[in-house]
Amino acid sequence: MLEIKNLHVAVEDKPILKGIDLVVNAGELHAIMGPNGSGKSTLAHVIAGQKIYEVLDGEILYNGKNLLEMDPEERALEGVFMSYQYPAVIPGVNLAYFMKAAVNAIRKHRGEPEMDAVDFLSFIKEKLAQVKMDESYLKRAVNDGFSGGEKKRNEILQMLALDPSLAVLDETDSGLDIDAVKIVADGVNKFRREDRAVVVITHYQRILQYMDPDKIHVLMDGRMIRSGGKNLAHELEEKGYSWLEEAVAA
Amino acid sequence: MAKNGSVEEVLSEEMQTIESRLSEEYKYGFVTDIDQETIPPGLDEEVVKTISLKKNEPDWLLEWRLKAYRQWLKMEEPDWSMVKYNEIDYQAISYYAAPKSQEDGPKSLDEVDPELLETYEKLGIPLEEQKMLAGVAVDAVFDSVSVATTFKKELEKAGVIFCPFSEAVHEHPNLVKKYLGSVVPYTDNFFATLNSAVFSDGSFVYVPKGVRCPMELSTYFRINAANTGQFERTLIIADEGSYVSYLEGCTAPMRDENQLHAAVVELIAHKDATIKYATVQNWYPGDPKTGKGGIYNFVTKRGICREENSKISWTQVETGSAITWKYPSVILKGDKTVGEFYSVALTNNFQQADTGTKMTHIGKNTKSTIITKGISAGKGQNTYRGAVKIMKGAHNARNYSQCDSLLIGDKCGAHTFPYIDVRNPSAQMEHEASTSAIGEDQIYYCNQRGISTENAVSMIVNGFCKEVFRELPMEFAVEAQKLLEVSLEGSVG
Repeated sequence: MLEIKNLHVAVEDKPILKGIDLVVNAGELHAIMGPNGSGKSTLAHVIAGQKIYEVLDGEILYNGKNLLEMDPEERALEGVFMSYQYPAVIPGVNLAYFMKAAVNAIRKHRGEPEMDAVDFLSFIKEKLAQVKMDESYLKRAVNDGFSGGEKKRNEILQMLALDPSLAVLDETDSGLDIDAVKIVADGVNKFRREDRAVVVITHYQRILQYMDPDKIHVLMDGRMIRSGGKNLAHELEEKGYSWLEEAVAA
Repeated sequence: MAKNGSVEEVLSEEMQTIESRLSEEYKYGFVTDIDQETIPPGLDEEVVKTISLKKNEPDWLLEWRLKAYRQWLKMEEPDWSMVKYNEIDYQAISYYAAPKSQEDGPKSLDEVDPELLETYEKLGIPLEEQKMLAGVAVDAVFDSVSVATTFKKELEKAGVIFCPFSEAVHEHPNLVKKYLGSVVPYTDNFFATLNSAVFSDGSFVYVPKGVRCPMELSTYFRINAANTGQFERTLIIADEGSYVSYLEGCTAPMRDENQLHAAVVELIAHKDATIKYATVQNWYPGDPKTGKGGIYNFVTKRGICREENSKISWTQVETGSAITWKYPSVILKGDKTVGEFYSVALTNNFQQADTGTKMTHIGKNTKSTIITKGISAGKGQNTYRGAVKIMKGAHNARNYSQCDSLLIGDKCGAHTFPYIDVRNPSAQMEHEASTSAIGEDQIYYCNQRGISTENAVSMIVNGFCKEVFRELPMEFAVEAQKLLEVSLEGSVG
């Protein structure tokens, strides 16, 4: 579903990603781990289409299509979803209105009829329950005054409601207490399906305890320095990233 | 799409996209080709007399106009506002223009020039249809003359007078004489004084005691002729215990020259009466690329809550004009009176707005609310200027002011000047202000959820304005929302 080949990316002439290769198939969940500043978030934003990044080389294919030629909006309509580490606040626009606009934009793109207010309300209430958010959130402005945990749950809510094929979660577990981590992980597990792929970007292996990743990759200084199974996460937790740093240097 | 170049380059490219998309065309810019009677440009006592003569006015009104004209000669154009514009040559303006076939005045809609009616249809006001179906009574002022008033009979049944100002002068001279200039005296300010001397027409409304006006009243103003100024005068009187809701809409053709619009609106609310006055102003804003042309909108609007428990509420959506200079105000004279001002002002491209309100608390337990939303895009400059005055005898006066500004792009500006003058220690004053920008991060976030940039901007802007739109009659709220969308189309790349 997602194929990244030899991806080189810079910001303000500073190279961040230095040749990334990654293949994520439908049905799989991959975790990308790495220390701060390794390029994890950059990778997520390049997949989503943030314009400040300069792609120097390489390509990103999504279901065989060249993702780099598409605007962020087109990517979203085609089923690419990103959960933000720092979601934008949109004062004055309530979550119900925002979500209805997003859900209907995607339905329209797929040639499905748009949902009216009544249908949408029962649809979104069901999704809210899945991430343990109550209905009062619908009346609140998007992310306005939301706590860190509320923001992350809201991102997962949107993932569940927008029905994407590929979900990239950028540090969705950071700053969450253990209950919130479980809710988020639970949301991701509900989302997983044969025809969907998930990329979880995280600093800590904690959230991975509640998930079943197919592969774990370690990103350091813009390169994937190691890939492996679930055990790699435990090894990292025990020995820290410096262990791999030394291994790479050696 | 990932682009090559530094952050600054990418952002500046973004801004160019914004700029190119901001050049949305003004859709009311057509000119109606009808036979016009215009008096030659220039202003002196003869011109004032000519206007008065054409309207067959009584002597007292001519005298009033002449007093205003003489006063005006002694006055200077105000320069305290933030707006910058080329000097206006008052001798180059024609002070009267009327469709020729209207010389004797239309007796009914059937007598109105068909081309004129077509114009109103283009503006989205099918008078014929409105007359039949809608619950809105319309008075249409074309250049200087009121051309058609619908629903007259239905209103008459309720005892409501709604007619062109010039007609009221003849039909209801005592009312006009009693109230004209009682809120905005002819000596008030440069533009109001000019209006008092040369005003051509406008609307007149009188709602008798205890009557709730059975429908929304509405006036559409249209400037058509070149090199003319429009100086309409509106007078609304709500007698004891009555209620009236009034809406005005304005458009003008696209012309390279600036045109002057200096109107005066006076509202009088008696005991227990309520007047709601809403404006959707969409005069031609000038060329989006060069800033050439556009209407200079210098307007004086003021209402007085004369006796207790009366209420005046101004709502304005200002999206047009090259220059907007207006401060709809309320004098809270009676005890327990209420004044409200809700405003959305949008400046795009080269537009400038200096607008706000003045609430003067005189009576006891008076209350005023000010909620303003300024939106600046392109090179637009938006200023809120408001004054709240609590006089010595105004015990327990309360004011709540909230002034919010929204910036779109990095070439526009927002300015806020709240003046507060409290002379009674029992007053309760609350003031809140905020400035925010539509950020690239918000747009990116919306895009990532499949929402287009244009929809994202209009969603954010509408969210920003909703407290004001809530105050508009339903159908006009929808109209105002659409107008904002058109005025802002693509304002973020």
